[in-house]
Amino acid sequence: MIDREEVLHVARLARLALAEGEIEPMARELSAVLDHVARIGELSLDDVAPTSHVLDVTGALRADEARPCLPREVVLEQAPATDGEGFLVPSPQA
Amino acid sequence: MSGDILELSVAQAIAAIDAGELSSQEMFDFYRGRAQADVGAGGADGLNCFTWVADRAPEVGEGPLAGVPLAVKDLFCTRGVPSQSGSRILEGYRPPYTANAVQRLADAGATLLAKTNQDEFAMGSSTENSAFGPTLNPWDRARVPGGSSGGSAAAVAAGLAPWAMGTDTGGSIRQPAALCGIVGVKPTYGSISRYGMIAFASSLDQAGPLTRDVTDAALMLAQMVGRDPCDATSLALPHEITPPTAERLDGVTLGVPEELTGEGIEAGVLHAFNASLARAEELGASLREVRLPHAPHALSAYYVLAPAEASSNLARFDGVRYGFRAPDAEDLLDMYTRTRHDGFGTEVKRRIMLGTYALSSGYYDAYYGRAQRVRTKIADDFREVFASVDFIVTPSAPTVAFGLGEKTADPWAMYLNDYCTVPMSLAGIPAISIPCGLSDGLPVGLQLTGPAFSDNDLLDAAHALEHSLEFDGSAARG
Amino acid sequence: MADEGTAGTTGAAAPNGAGAALEPVIGLEIHVQLATASKMFCGCALSFGEPPNTHTCPVCLGLPGSLPVANERAVHFGLMIGLALGSQLAPRSIFHRKNYFYPDLPKGYQISQYDEPLCRGGRLGDVRIHRVHLEEDAAKLIHVGASGRIHGSDASVVDFNRGGTPLAEIVTEPDLRTAAQASEWLKLLRTTLRALGVSDVNMEEGSLRCDANISLRPAGSDTLGVKTELKNMNSFRFIERGIDAEIERQRKLLAGGCEVIQETLHFDPASGAISSLRSKEEAHDYRYFPEPDLLPVAIDEAMLAAARDALPELPAARAERLQRDLALSRESAQLLAFRGELGDYFEAALASDAEPPAPAQALANWVTGELIARLDDGADPSGSRVAPAALASLVGLVAAKKVSVGAGRQVLDTLVAEGGEDPEAIVEAEGLAAIGGEDELAQIVAAALAANADAAERVRGGNEKAIGPIVGAVMRETKGRADGAEVTRLVHAQLGI
Ligand SMILES: [Mg+2]
Ligand SMILES: [Zn+2]
Repeated sequence: MIDREEVLHVARLARLALAEGEIEPMARELSAVLDHVARIGELSLDDVAPTSHVLDVTGALRADEARPCLPREVVLEQAPATDGEGFLVPSPQA
Repeated sequence: MSGDILELSVAQAIAAIDAGELSSQEMFDFYRGRAQADVGAGGADGLNCFTWVADRAPEVGEGPLAGVPLAVKDLFCTRGVPSQSGSRILEGYRPPYTANAVQRLADAGATLLAKTNQDEFAMGSSTENSAFGPTLNPWDRARVPGGSSGGSAAAVAAGLAPWAMGTDTGGSIRQPAALCGIVGVKPTYGSISRYGMIAFASSLDQAGPLTRDVTDAALMLAQMVGRDPCDATSLALPHEITPPTAERLDGVTLGVPEELTGEGIEAGVLHAFNASLARAEELGASLREVRLPHAPHALSAYYVLAPAEASSNLARFDGVRYGFRAPDAEDLLDMYTRTRHDGFGTEVKRRIMLGTYALSSGYYDAYYGRAQRVRTKIADDFREVFASVDFIVTPSAPTVAFGLGEKTADPWAMYLNDYCTVPMSLAGIPAISIPCGLSDGLPVGLQLTGPAFSDNDLLDAAHALEHSLEFDGSAARG
Repeated sequence: MADEGTAGTTGAAAPNGAGAALEPVIGLEIHVQLATASKMFCGCALSFGEPPNTHTCPVCLGLPGSLPVANERAVHFGLMIGLALGSQLAPRSIFHRKNYFYPDLPKGYQISQYDEPLCRGGRLGDVRIHRVHLEEDAAKLIHVGASGRIHGSDASVVDFNRGGTPLAEIVTEPDLRTAAQASEWLKLLRTTLRALGVSDVNMEEGSLRCDANISLRPAGSDTLGVKTELKNMNSFRFIERGIDAEIERQRKLLAGGCEVIQETLHFDPASGAISSLRSKEEAHDYRYFPEPDLLPVAIDEAMLAAARDALPELPAARAERLQRDLALSRESAQLLAFRGELGDYFEAALASDAEPPAPAQALANWVTGELIARLDDGADPSGSRVAPAALASLVGLVAAKKVSVGAGRQVLDTLVAEGGEDPEAIVEAEGLAAIGGEDELAQIVAAALAANADAAERVRGGNEKAIGPIVGAVMRETKGRADGAEVTRLVHAQLGI
């Protein structure tokens, strides 16, 4: 139901590396789950509205007021790599 | 009186502290000692309930819960204390802020005792998917405690913590509570702020208490609920959570849905369940057969919606700002893909893949869009039933605690654990699991469900039933 | 589901390059940073060049467990923009997640809007608006080159100060046809947004950013060609040059029998070159879905009323009013409206009820011509020494022919240099009053004709240009106080033509 190519495409979208030996089991397990999930395809749902929020509420906006920020040493404390001012990453242009 | 402390519920312990028979310091040290012994025992002897235990008693605060030790599921952010959501990708992560629900309990005087083990990012029903090893069931160490809040459930059942906080996305409080013989509550969606809960599936995640009895559950819940301006989806319950008092169920109608009380439910579980229904009738309740025609499709919808949201919620774990980063990346793409490959466990990766697939171009309508419509039908089913009954009763889980490793090879077999709990999660309505008996020496849970905002009435009904059922959990506290 | 930016789209129907003349079709996507106090979904104050990563919090860093809450004023500003552009405002709109990985995107998704935006449709000037929606800005990624801290690769540094700044994204229909037209229209949009007070609209600082969707098609055709998206041109000049360069590039491709490929392009203003932004071409799949952490935004009557009350008169409406009510020329009306400070000065002068009265068109000409020519480039005349009432009096005197145009200019010189309330006093003090009677002027003209007999003869012979030296002589004699038109009339009369 979901083949090797699709697994690799989805893994790429999700930024997940898969070892060669992980691809086939992933395809098999996803297919098995999707087989079960596909049963909702049998229901007739044409006039049914989709639910994004289970309680029908709206709004909850925030007043435009500035609040204190985190100190930079706290911000950078947990980072794998920094230059003391910002987060270091391999350059996307590289 | 340290031998007796173990037998006290939190409500009883607070009464003892108020009466001067027990000091909060004494209580904290008692539980800290037990929790640390579990960590120290390790491997075969310990239950592996905790990912962190306080090394000293913090100063006792003031308030209705002054000095009561609190165990908290790993995925709640606790300032300066490891908050790893059971994942290698967050190993050692110490957040700069505390989750709203935890802060509310701290403001009521509770002190942080420990962080509890869980399935990675709350994805699982056995607590076997933790980067920190599986938690064992105190009723039988060869069995799982359920999940994903398995560390919290096992710790409370084993008397390693007087109570604990968990989260429930599709059953992650109720199912482990059932498998460990304790009480677990998933309140109305939105009643407890999600701010500071490391997200699994935003539209389903709800915090809640895992406790020894219904009274303690109400006690904790009363402090957790409330509108939080930092969580747009949080709301104020129309009423305060009050201590449950009911002893009878006169005039109460209980709906028994055939879809969740027959096929697929283990015989021993059904037996205990049916015996509980008889007790309910003795207490004055009337039973009515009801239909939830879309409930059998709930699991399918859930396994589209939850992974889809998760695939997006977990995109922030990219090795840039915190947590694990794979070393020696060749370039940005390599850094991303290897960080996430090495940092996430198997089940988490499977769900990220599933959710990414379900949202991807060409599949959205067939999967995500359809699942949202099934969700609508499921919520409608409940609304219809609640027009004629007060509560719905089902088993909390189809089986009792199963063996370690028994279901890890077959994802769908594992997912079926949530068969009875997922419909309520999709509908956002409150549900409680209480222990209702034993099957082959293992606890069985009974689930009571009410309409949105019926949390207090639900606790009251559960309280009446609990007293009649007289479940004895002391065996697990050893 | 369609992509959010639908301006100038369709992948099919590549125009046949050979033969038919090709017409450019241009749509714009404009990102406007909103001038709120705090970010779109958290309480961090907006950053204006502060040290990196000092304006951040758990929400805009995407820390685990943090949640967004939408900024009320950003929604208010979005509604104001929608009203100003004549859009339909959605009674209920929804935030979506746009999922993709990039180091400047802390959550791995941008909270944006998709199929239920805040505003749909509308028009500004000659250009139809497709939609306006709200979203959050990305952080800043600075390329730093080789770094010992990053293994074997060039490094970039991420600064999250800008991340989460509220943006309004305005998408036009593909109604523009030339680069100059696009740049001109964008100026109108900028003026409009500035009048609304919703943004600093500074292109150099990035608070107004413009992408262009460009395609070519046979002139007169209804179908659209394959479009390319030209990204982030950060000045009006670059927009014109960039669009022109891309039109030229596509023209050459099509003329050579090649096809235009739908892609995102970058214009390098230094070299004039256009390059593809994504070298490893990757299919986009943003996996939009409704943001579960935010509730739908319901626009109630109170919010609508607040947005309506906050609307000033907008430049386009002002130009229309000036043209309609005061019978100003289109050019004058637009100049006064699109440079609001000129319009304000003009209307203050007009309101001073000068006696004799200053005609509106004459006053407009003096404000937009004589006055600003005497001030620094772009200066606000209300900051000059010339009071609006004084200018109105002066223009009134000129209009009543009590002062000649030339003398009026001299009075204005004095007003600009020294100020003063009363131009009439200056006229008197400097002896600049127009030559009083017709007889006096007729004598001066006669003398000038006599002194320039050759010129007079040529004028009589039909050479109108030869009148110059004669009028010049009269003006010299009268120190510029004579009315030019009157002098010409007298010359003609005395020469019998
Ligand atoms: Mg955008
Ligand atoms: Zn922030």
